[in-house]
Amino acid sequence: MALNKKIVLPSLIAVAILALALIYHQSLADWWQVNAVVVFQALVSGLFMGGIYSLVAIGFTLILGVLGIINFAQGALMVVGMYVTLWLFTTYGIDPYLSLPISVLVLFLVGALIQRFTIRPIMDAPTHNQLLLTLGITLFIVNLILVLFKADPRIIQSDISGTRMFIGEVMISFPRLVAFAGGITIATALFLFMGKTDLGKAIRASAEEREGSALVGINVKRIHLIAFGLGAACAGAAGTLMTPFSTLTPTAGDTFIMIMFAVVVLGGMGNMLGSLLGGIIIGLVESLGAVFLPGSSRLLGVFVVFILVLLFRPTGLLGKK
Amino acid sequence: MGKFSVEHLIRTRLNWGLALIILGLVILLILPQFLGPFLLSLAILILFWAYLGQCWNIMTGYTGQFSFGHAAYFGIGAYTSTWLLVNMGINPWIGMIIGGIFAMLFGLFVGFLAFRSGLRGIYFGLTTFAFSMVLLFLSSNLAIINKTMGIQVPLIGGDSWLLFQFETTKVPYYYIILGMMVVSNIVVYFIGRSKLGYYFKAIREDQDAAAALGVNLLRYKMTGMGISSFLTALGGTFYAQYFYYIDPDLVFGFFLNVEILLGPVLGGVGTLFGPAMGALILTPLSELTRALIRQPPGFLPFLLALQGRAGVDIMLYGLILVVVIIFLPQGLVGWIRQLRRRGHRYLEV
Repeated sequence: MALNKKIVLPSLIAVAILALALIYHQSLADWWQVNAVVVFQALVSGLFMGGIYSLVAIGFTLILGVLGIINFAQGALMVVGMYVTLWLFTTYGIDPYLSLPISVLVLFLVGALIQRFTIRPIMDAPTHNQLLLTLGITLFIVNLILVLFKADPRIIQSDISGTRMFIGEVMISFPRLVAFAGGITIATALFLFMGKTDLGKAIRASAEEREGSALVGINVKRIHLIAFGLGAACAGAAGTLMTPFSTLTPTAGDTFIMIMFAVVVLGGMGNMLGSLLGGIIIGLVESLGAVFLPGSSRLLGVFVVFILVLLFRPTGLLGKK
Repeated sequence: MGKFSVEHLIRTRLNWGLALIILGLVILLILPQFLGPFLLSLAILILFWAYLGQCWNIMTGYTGQFSFGHAAYFGIGAYTSTWLLVNMGINPWIGMIIGGIFAMLFGLFVGFLAFRSGLRGIYFGLTTFAFSMVLLFLSSNLAIINKTMGIQVPLIGGDSWLLFQFETTKVPYYYIILGMMVVSNIVVYFIGRSKLGYYFKAIREDQDAAAALGVNLLRYKMTGMGISSFLTALGGTFYAQYFYYIDPDLVFGFFLNVEILLGPVLGGVGTLFGPAMGALILTPLSELTRALIRQPPGFLPFLLALQGRAGVDIMLYGLILVVVIIFLPQGLVGWIRQLRRRGHRYLEV
């Protein structure tokens, strides 16, 4: 019965889509003629943005998996990364890409401090309290940046900004390509760290079994501090990588947090590989949504996917059943 | 201690409680006579947030299902009654009930989908959040409700209880929202003491154990959802009639989801008086910080440096939120209970 349902429903949907495609075959062909470039362009930019989403979401997932905390402040931490880069660029003229290690380090420290003084006392509190706490931190950070840097949108004009190449008619922006490559590289480095080093293994162990790993001598409090710091550092790195092609505002992280939820639910809560995959899928959904549902908010498609996943596969694509 | 003295103690404390509540009600009833326009609108806002907080509390505090999308029901209430008023000329009081029913149906729809898939805790919270966001995006793109332009409530140019609109005085609004707040508290009081309330609490404390004991989880979660979403929508209509204007961001917005649950979290989730207590503190606090930053008084010179700096008030708000959650995890009511327990222990020794 269960198996039947699983096969019948998707095949019905597939047949319906095929039938529609056949009926509208001619107008579809016409549409494709006009819009093929738009679709390819959306695929490319969705893929590139997806790499950044993946990086932020991997940090989010690391915190969720190890500490069990929904970190609302992830978007705000990304904005901190952006403004650290901006500040280094405007005061010392440091190229955005060179400031990457600095912003990663700064964000690791900020994350560790947040964990030590605000998250640690509420580890056993009810979910809504934890959520509100990270929300309070978000409000604090975003408005602190607002006070320090004002609300005016800022742009960093570095050497790479605006450089691009064309494949056919599809434009490939270099800063976005670098951001995508950088995001995937950092994510891979993090996976290697988690898989190969003792510290990474200890982090994974305490995510699986908090008390058990404490029993075998892992300092769980220290692990939580490091995990939160790493999660924040991922957000900071993403922020820095985005600066050459983004408009910086203190509230730039707001839409990110909603995307983050969607990515993490899609990939499977606490599953880092799932977040990598989910980030890219959500990036594609967002940019294709803008093509197929013009006029509506870019986030509408993302939220529809979010709800569908929650309802039909709440454990996510790669989550355990 | 003999049996008699314990009974006596309980009875006197109950009477004290009742006397306090009646005293409080009397004060609330005569209060508008003594308030200027600013304080009156502040009192209305406090009651408004206390009401919404209580509506949320029914869902999250009593059945333990964390709702992070109450703006959805609020917005449905506001848009339904206002749209019916503007386009069909339907009386807002009737629109209010229709909006409540719509919101309840939507709540039951969300609840059915979510509970049927076995979503709990943070998963359930995120689902309700996503549904409220979808309504925000949809309402921002629906031409029939003016997209992001919002809808203006047509002014009748006078005061009318029948038409739910008062221009020359705000006092009737005060009594309307006071009535709603009192009713919501009575609902919670009776839920807390009824069989339904025990089912709710059983689900909240341990839903697997409750299910094993034969509590119909889906049925009681849906009941909580239905009551809560219906009442929340009435608040939406009140908002529209009070401010004469709604738009998607105001009534479906992200921060509304948060603001609704701030009061109960500060006051105490799952307690009768928590939401009112939280609103009584938070609403004046946010108005005060906003006023202080905008026009710092002479005796607080250090605030001058912050004058006109956007964001400082919200920054303080975030800081207060963090401090409250770290130091008062059970809310004010929980804190007071703890103090009293400590006091009793002290007395017994």
